[in-house]
Amino acid sequence: MNTAPASASRPLIRLQGITKIYGSGDAEVRALRGIDMDINAGEFVAIMGPSGSGKSTAMNILGFLDKPTAGHYFFGGAAVDHLSRDQLALLRRNFLGFVFQGYNLLARTSALDNVELPLIYQGMAGSKRRQLAREALAKVGLQGREDHHPSQLSGGQQQRVAIARAIVTNPDVILADEPTGNLDTARSHEIMDLLTDLNRRDGITILMVTHEPDMAEYADRMVHFLDGRIESDNNNNKVANDAV
Amino acid sequence: MLYEAMRLALQAILRNAFRSFLTVLGIVIGVAAVIAMVTVGQGSTDQVEADVATLGTNLLMIRPGQPSRGPGSGVGGSAASLTLKDVDAIEQQIASVAVAAPSNARSMTAIFGNVNYTTTVTGTDNRYLTARDWDLASGRSFYESEQRTGSSACILGHTVQEKLFGNGSPLGANIRLKQISCRVIGTLEVKGASSFGTDQDDIILIPIKAFQRRISGNQDVSMIYASIRSGISTEKGKADIESLMRERRRIGPFEEDDFNVFDMKQITSMLTGITGVLTGLLSAVAAVSLLVGGIGIMNIMLVSVTERTREIGIRLAVGATEGQVLLQFLVEAIVLSLIGGLIGIVLGLALGLLGSRLLSIPFAPDATIVLAAFLFSALVGILFGYFPARRAARMDPIEALRHQ
Repeated sequence: MNTAPASASRPLIRLQGITKIYGSGDAEVRALRGIDMDINAGEFVAIMGPSGSGKSTAMNILGFLDKPTAGHYFFGGAAVDHLSRDQLALLRRNFLGFVFQGYNLLARTSALDNVELPLIYQGMAGSKRRQLAREALAKVGLQGREDHHPSQLSGGQQQRVAIARAIVTNPDVILADEPTGNLDTARSHEIMDLLTDLNRRDGITILMVTHEPDMAEYADRMVHFLDGRIESDNNNNKVANDAV
Repeated sequence: MLYEAMRLALQAILRNAFRSFLTVLGIVIGVAAVIAMVTVGQGSTDQVEADVATLGTNLLMIRPGQPSRGPGSGVGGSAASLTLKDVDAIEQQIASVAVAAPSNARSMTAIFGNVNYTTTVTGTDNRYLTARDWDLASGRSFYESEQRTGSSACILGHTVQEKLFGNGSPLGANIRLKQISCRVIGTLEVKGASSFGTDQDDIILIPIKAFQRRISGNQDVSMIYASIRSGISTEKGKADIESLMRERRRIGPFEEDDFNVFDMKQITSMLTGITGVLTGLLSAVAAVSLLVGGIGIMNIMLVSVTERTREIGIRLAVGATEGQVLLQFLVEAIVLSLIGGLIGIVLGLALGLLGSRLLSIPFAPDATIVLAAFLFSALVGILFGYFPARRAARMDPIEALRHQ
């Protein structure tokens, strides 16, 4: 873990009255209408909801890619809702990892180079970078494929490269946006096992958007969005059952 | 980070090698044109200066006719010709003149055996060799008696010697100039081409008296060469000659000169001036080409930024700052235009070398202009790369990631 901003007493992430409004006047769209949510370090949260419910907007704000119109976002206890673009970039670089539905790997670039990317922006020396990237690829089960380009890898393998890129900086949080959306069922479960493993073994907090209930089952908490509000926020039944 | 940016830039450029080549073509042509022009221009300036040195920087040429028409203008028909007496007067009465030589020339065909060759026959005397600082390669100069009586002795320039005799020795042979038979008594050292492009070695010297009696049929001298003593300025020598000639030709105080004194220095500065103006003009054209090249780079960088929107989104998502993205695309533009600059420099020097060979002038590459071209192409990269790079850096990561 990085110098984790979280402490045991307070949540890693706290959203207070987060509102996001796009456009103005008649064209005004209220994507988020006051979100309150705490996420503790080490949680695996599935975010669900129909399209237009605001879950993507919430993920963008949680991932420091967007700023709320109103409300407060505390990350590790520090308010981050009015930081500059570059300060948010530094937060992404040091504390977050992203996994997307479409993998978002650099084309015509080897798996190793893709995984090294965040470390380049951290200014890490080349040899150290390559070592960490190899370790991350080994962790997701892709040792021996370091020199493969995305076009030479299957969808599941590409998503593994993306996960390796997300964990190579040893982040506090992984934000996964429909990580299994492009994969068949078998591959989807492999990816979910991998994410669960990272959550359980390395204590990485995972926020995952999905609309597949099967995948949401892996999480220990499910948050449902509807019309820019949180409709429900439950501990996962499965976890509850396991606990019984 | 800069190293990474350079590596990425080269990768991106090589990935689209053909497009990159077309993009930098403008820069290549601009830089090549500037360097070729300046190289050839400098070479011809050097050549003119070297020529004037072979002619003698202290040499003045006096011709009849209206002044200020330049060396190529025709001799005014109304003006009285010069005479051998003028030559002697200039040499003897003007202290600043070391030696003065008469000259009268005509184009004629020289025949030896079955070889015909058209050349310039110049009537003069031994003072010509002194004035022009021209040594004999073989044989001897005119005897005093030959000059006085105007006997048919001739001295061949190197070109004429080669044309008529090849490698054989011409000494003692008789060549024919029209109806005159003329015995070769000597040959001249090689002098090379003059600043006006004429071959100075394409010449036959005969005594002026022989020329006047048997070729021109009059007592005229068409040009007098006067060499000024060392340590005295040519301006002073020129003024002395002008005042003597005005007196001898009885020109009133308010009348214009009906003769003309050329100073080789003036001719040099005129010729180098022309070269300078031409070089300047062509360099301006080349600068426009560089500007157009820069716009081409900006255009293709904008296309590249748009094409790579998703890549930029990924880079921003994993934590690249605006400055890091800006640097990447700026470095790419600079590397692109520097590659163009380097190709242009090589091409320009090659063209300069070729041009120098074709014009038979010295190859004079100028390190300053090469360096300037290099820096200028870097500057073009910065100027025209900044706007596309800034566009990349300011992209919204969410929009960029959504881009297909």
